[in-house]
Amino acid sequence: MSIVIETQELTKKFGAFTAVDHISFSVEKGEIFGFLGANGAGKTTAMRMLCGLSKPTSGKGFVAGYNIEKESEMVKKNIGYMSQKFSLYEDLKVWENIRLYAGIYGVDGKLIPRKTDETLSKIGLSGEKNSMVKELPLGWKQKLAFSVAILHEPRIVFLDEPTGGVDPITRRQFWEMIYEATERGITVFVTTHYMDEAEYCSRVSIMVDGRIDALDTPHNLRTQFSAQNMDEVFRRLARKAKRMDT
Amino acid sequence: MDNAILKCLSINKRYGDVQALTNIDLTVKKGELFGLIGPDGAGKTSLFRILTSLLPADSGTAVVNGLDVEKDFRELRRQIGYMPGRFSLYQDLSVEENLNFFATIFNTTVKENYHLVSDIYRHIEPFKNRRAGKLSGGMKQKLALSCALIHKPTVLFLDEPTTGVDPVSRKEFWEMLKNLKEQGITIIVSTPYMDEAGLCDRIALIQHGKMLSVETPDRITAQFPHKLYRAESKNNYALLGALRQNPEVKSAYMFGEYLHVVFKDKLPHYDETNSKSEDNTQIVFNEIEPCIEDCFIALMNE
Repeated sequence: MSIVIETQELTKKFGAFTAVDHISFSVEKGEIFGFLGANGAGKTTAMRMLCGLSKPTSGKGFVAGYNIEKESEMVKKNIGYMSQKFSLYEDLKVWENIRLYAGIYGVDGKLIPRKTDETLSKIGLSGEKNSMVKELPLGWKQKLAFSVAILHEPRIVFLDEPTGGVDPITRRQFWEMIYEATERGITVFVTTHYMDEAEYCSRVSIMVDGRIDALDTPHNLRTQFSAQNMDEVFRRLARKAKRMDT
Repeated sequence: MDNAILKCLSINKRYGDVQALTNIDLTVKKGELFGLIGPDGAGKTSLFRILTSLLPADSGTAVVNGLDVEKDFRELRRQIGYMPGRFSLYQDLSVEENLNFFATIFNTTVKENYHLVSDIYRHIEPFKNRRAGKLSGGMKQKLALSCALIHKPTVLFLDEPTTGVDPVSRKEFWEMLKNLKEQGITIIVSTPYMDEAGLCDRIALIQHGKMLSVETPDRITAQFPHKLYRAESKNNYALLGALRQNPEVKSAYMFGEYLHVVFKDKLPHYDETNSKSEDNTQIVFNEIEPCIEDCFIALMNE
């Protein structure tokens, strides 16, 4: 197994406040890695560092083999990213969004029309090629955003609460897309507030006050905390938090 | 229902080509904690805006607290509290200034109704001089709830107060709602989280602008039309694919660590004979009680 994400004592401070506090973990190729934590636990800050968008205060991190501090541009080229808050341009058409992102990620221009059709047919949106993104239901948008984020076959895709507010059927279709991507060798790094989705991950880490307080398979975490489900595991850990959600 | 505090009949709303709400009938009893459960785009916000007099319906009538939402909107707005889904307090006023502002607008004082909000407001009181725009998500939510409550409304409308909030903070928020209910306030709350449905007295399941069901959570799960089984294997995704290929299976979907399965026959020969997964371990199907999310999926598939 090859390691595609590795951090050693990765830390981020904002003034006197330690947002991410010496976290060390690694993620293997093809894993679905669930990155959980309460609001304010430091997930977003950690994820921004892993994506090369924010420099660590101390410690090290490697993503797709590149140093997140010194080779952040190479990191960005080898990852895909989508979040619930921002993923696609609402006032561009579906095909225009694909064209734009494919261009940004350096997909060969000649391949883009074929990739566009393939992507849309796979998620059943061929008929929406010329629709404005703002006209699509949220669930469709999120499926499209995910397809766009992996269009350039990145080694890792980062998903920040990709399914918030999505209906229960589309939410499951989204996770089936995630499984398909991992079968093609793409590693998935995902945050979620749905605890049933934590069960879909190969391994899960739980952040509390900037530290990783637990990291294992969902099965082992349930055993370790003698819990019925991940919701219980999460609540037990997150309740220990001393940090105010500031 | 004679103790109804909210009643709407045949509400329709259309935006251009999009039919946002179709013939919505709804009755909420005085003192109820009522949940409107449905995904983004189901029409929850449109319905809330109509019921709070902020958006006119194309047709239909709605009466809240004996007041027509169109004709009596001025009086209605004095009597209800509304917390929109998007944070809409004054970002450049401090926590304390926002609360004072909303109290003053409604001709009251923070002091007069402090008992109503104290349980919630005390969490953010240490930061009362901070600008609202600088608060964290959880603190903004508490301030918004305090501001919606400070004029002692009889009916409180909360539009997706827990969206994007972690499970622990969500639980805390529902504890606060329970306390408010005990003070006699009728609460109508919308949420995309199906697991919050069980915390309501009654719920309405809404999808594509239509009510799928309005009942107590227990009755909705009791009405689930099939026997539901759960199964698990080392590779649930592979098992899911295998089950979908099987002609005996009506539907199969992921559900946390398990798969949930409905068979076409009422008495599947499956639950005795078992099937085999890829690695030749026996797959056992155990019958389980459906939850609200199972019911929602079944209703969506109808």
